[in-house]
Amino acid sequence: MRAGVITFPGSNCDRDAAVALAAAGAKVVPLWHADTELPKLDLIVLPGGFAHGDYLRCGAIAARAPVMSEVIRRAAAGVAVLGICNGFQVLAEAGLVPGAVISNAGLKFICRPVDLEVVSTDCAFTAGYGQGQTIRLPIAHHDGNYVCGEDDLRRLEDEDRVAFRYVDNPNGSLAAIAGVLGTGRNVLGLMPHPERAADPKLGGTDGAAMFRALVETLG
Amino acid sequence: MLKAKVHVRLKHGVLDPQGEAIGRALAHLGFEGVGEVRQGKLIELELDETDRPAAEARLREMCEQLLANPVIETYTIAFD
Repeated sequence: MRAGVITFPGSNCDRDAAVALAAAGAKVVPLWHADTELPKLDLIVLPGGFAHGDYLRCGAIAARAPVMSEVIRRAAAGVAVLGICNGFQVLAEAGLVPGAVISNAGLKFICRPVDLEVVSTDCAFTAGYGQGQTIRLPIAHHDGNYVCGEDDLRRLEDEDRVAFRYVDNPNGSLAAIAGVLGTGRNVLGLMPHPERAADPKLGGTDGAAMFRALVETLG
Repeated sequence: MLKAKVHVRLKHGVLDPQGEAIGRALAHLGFEGVGEVRQGKLIELELDETDRPAAEARLREMCEQLLANPVIETYTIAFD
């Protein structure tokens, strides 16, 4: 399974994502925000960090990077796209998932493990979890508050496209949503960091099942 | 050359913790009678354009494509 990981200026979780993917058996291809052509890929990952310093809005400038036209094309063609934290913000700004991710309801940058409910297992990303399973992944964000319009929320719930919910909402997210799927179920954006819970040395391994499922399903 | 001012604001109902923090700080300083506080953005642009309607049309496109996120923000355009 060939997984491309995009580095934007200010991305800082690109290497962690690459390590987690390689550990799960993926062949990792580094990608650059200014690339206009991409090789054949089974998965494209938009990692965490502070792309473009979060200037203007989190993920706003990255979502308009040269590489994103091709990412959007590939997503429409069914290629799996995973946006983690800042990557989720980029996906929302690019319209690949509905809604927006805004400032946490408290004023703090929250950096701690949280419990998540796996709401949907109907996609390659969560196929390795049980429906309703509780997993523990770290969050590390100041702007992780998910919002969307009423119609979008209804669609997400009706179409089983809420992927994860916080068991104890840390940031004010609408309906405690921690991760959502795009309409084709091949795009996932989530605020928590599965790549930071993919090795016993990191203090947790609940994220490893996401990368293993992706390698097995897309490989 | 036209100088434009784009004000970007959060839509009503969108949480603004920065505005709330500013409101609290004002209260701590003793300023009474301050109600809701909302913080927006001012983006100033120089445009190589002399025709106002044309400039406004271009600015609208800039707002729709980048400067404002229509999910959570509204914008107004003014000229110096």
